[in-house]
Amino acid sequence: MGAGHAHKLYRHGHSPVHALPAHCKIAAVFCFVLVVVSTPREAVWAFGLYALLIAAAAAAARIPAGFLLKRLLIEVPFVAFALLMPFVAEGPRTEVLGMSLSASGLWGAWNILAKGTLGVAASVLLAATTELRELLLGLQRLRMPPLLVQIASFMIRYGDVITDEMRRMRIARLSRGFEARGIRHWGVLAKSAGALFIRSYERGERVHLAMVSRGYTGTMPRLAETTATRTQWTRAAALPLAALAVCLLGWTL
Amino acid sequence: MHVPDGFINAPVSAAAGAVAAAAVAVSLRGARRELAGAGAGGAAGAERTAPLAGLVAAFIFAVQMLNFPVAAGTSGHLLGGALAAILVGPYTGVLCVSVVLLMQGVLFADGGLTALGVNITDMAIVTTVVAYGLFRGLVKVLPRRRRSITVASFTAALISVPAAAVAFTAMYALGGTADVPIGKVFTAMVGVHVLIGIGEAAITALTVGAVIAVRPDLVHGARGLAKPLELRTSPLAAPAGEPAPAAAPAAAPAPAAPRRSTRRVWLAGLAAALVCAGGISYYASASPDGLEKVAHDQGIDAKTRDHAAKDSPLADYSVKDITNARLAGGLAGVIGVGATLAVGTGVFVVLRRRRNDGGGQPDAGDRRPSESV
Repeated sequence: MGAGHAHKLYRHGHSPVHALPAHCKIAAVFCFVLVVVSTPREAVWAFGLYALLIAAAAAAARIPAGFLLKRLLIEVPFVAFALLMPFVAEGPRTEVLGMSLSASGLWGAWNILAKGTLGVAASVLLAATTELRELLLGLQRLRMPPLLVQIASFMIRYGDVITDEMRRMRIARLSRGFEARGIRHWGVLAKSAGALFIRSYERGERVHLAMVSRGYTGTMPRLAETTATRTQWTRAAALPLAALAVCLLGWTL
Repeated sequence: MHVPDGFINAPVSAAAGAVAAAAVAVSLRGARRELAGAGAGGAAGAERTAPLAGLVAAFIFAVQMLNFPVAAGTSGHLLGGALAAILVGPYTGVLCVSVVLLMQGVLFADGGLTALGVNITDMAIVTTVVAYGLFRGLVKVLPRRRRSITVASFTAALISVPAAAVAFTAMYALGGTADVPIGKVFTAMVGVHVLIGIGEAAITALTVGAVIAVRPDLVHGARGLAKPLELRTSPLAAPAGEPAPAAAPAAAPAPAAPRRSTRRVWLAGLAAALVCAGGISYYASASPDGLEKVAHDQGIDAKTRDHAAKDSPLADYSVKDITNARLAGGLAGVIGVGATLAVGTGVFVVLRRRRNDGGGQPDAGDRRPSESV
């Protein structure tokens, strides 16, 4: 159960970005997003430079552009919200393509679109180059409470099991001629959800007993203590430092 | 609705992050107690927490993917905050939903990294705490039957979703980066989320009902409901002239009677408060109260600034953007009563627990600091 469970977003590779320790990458991505968020929205060119930086990082990680762009679709709901904004915001109006739009609303929409997209792109890059287990260990090395890391790792490990169980229930319903078409069928679906909860909880109890019988006392042993070298930190810091330079330029210009 | 990066400005995001971190830290401690289990005792708490909370988080993650068809091709899904709170308790609920949000943010880029605190505060903490507080209050008030658990979970889930929308609007009012007027955001968010809340409420109530029908012992919110095991001796075995069986049934209803009466008092008080706040507040005097009047007459208030919450959606005891004065005042009153009740009950529960701790173990005060190290 330990090895070979790669998530769908992970893309196996041997690039320099893949080789960096996870906690360096997490810190770098977090700082990068922080810098992007604190950039003034009027500095339009700065966001172009950020996009170039992300593209450079993706190229170093040998992640194809199509993969990255497809993953960006996750923020579509908020794009809809951002597109609505120029119509409902107040303030002075401007004419764009024959429509009367609010100027501040346009800036707000641009702000959300640019910063949100860059944030999503950075997160996608992190998830694509880091294995799940590494990601969790990296979070632990960044001083996240060990219990929280354990809970998260149990969730990830058993997420597929529980989802599969749900899928089997769906197939069982389908094979008995049930098809959910409207509110009238919610009772059946909710009973499935209830059964799923009972099965998950009971599985948790079984997992706990199995672990206790193998000597678990509440903490996971750390197998390998990987520490990052100075060069690795420097390499990981290249992205946020470059972004910081752009951000400072954006504030001064 | 996962908030992306750059939607809420940096100071508010940082503050929300601090709130979220504190709440998760508290929940980590509380979840140990909740998941310790009945038989195992307190010592087993830590080692049971990780597997059970992890599996519950996986369940929430999976159940968010279960589609409930509404009509004509549209479908909704569960958010799960209220469900988690009722099934496994508030601390574990906050913890599990937070972990789900964390993993969604880091792995699936759903919700920004810098907005993680905002997302956790909004969707994990507010939903779960509001739902559980309301649920406990209702379970106390309603008759002790399984049906009332279902009713209470329906109401709790129904309110919890708009409450999250209100919390989101509050954070937006403090640190929104776009200047869409707050009133519009409030109306749109709450309006949409009342509809979502109805769906959430129906699904949550049905799911809780399904679990309670099979394993009532697993439902955290229904723990007090099970009757204690009762040993009944056969009437044939007892000698006929013994006075003991006659005394026992007479003694049994005695402790039950005051409990029911407190519940009735609770119910009446709540109803009266809601009626006062919702209906009668309209007829209350619109002129400033005594202190305000004096201050105005004496010119004391010439330099006072407006209250910091002047722009809040509930400022001056009426809900903005609802033009009907009677409706607006009433609604604000009802929301205010709910909030006061929640805060008051929370303080009361905390105080009572502390007093019980102090009474039970005289050295509890000495031991607690060493625990926190």
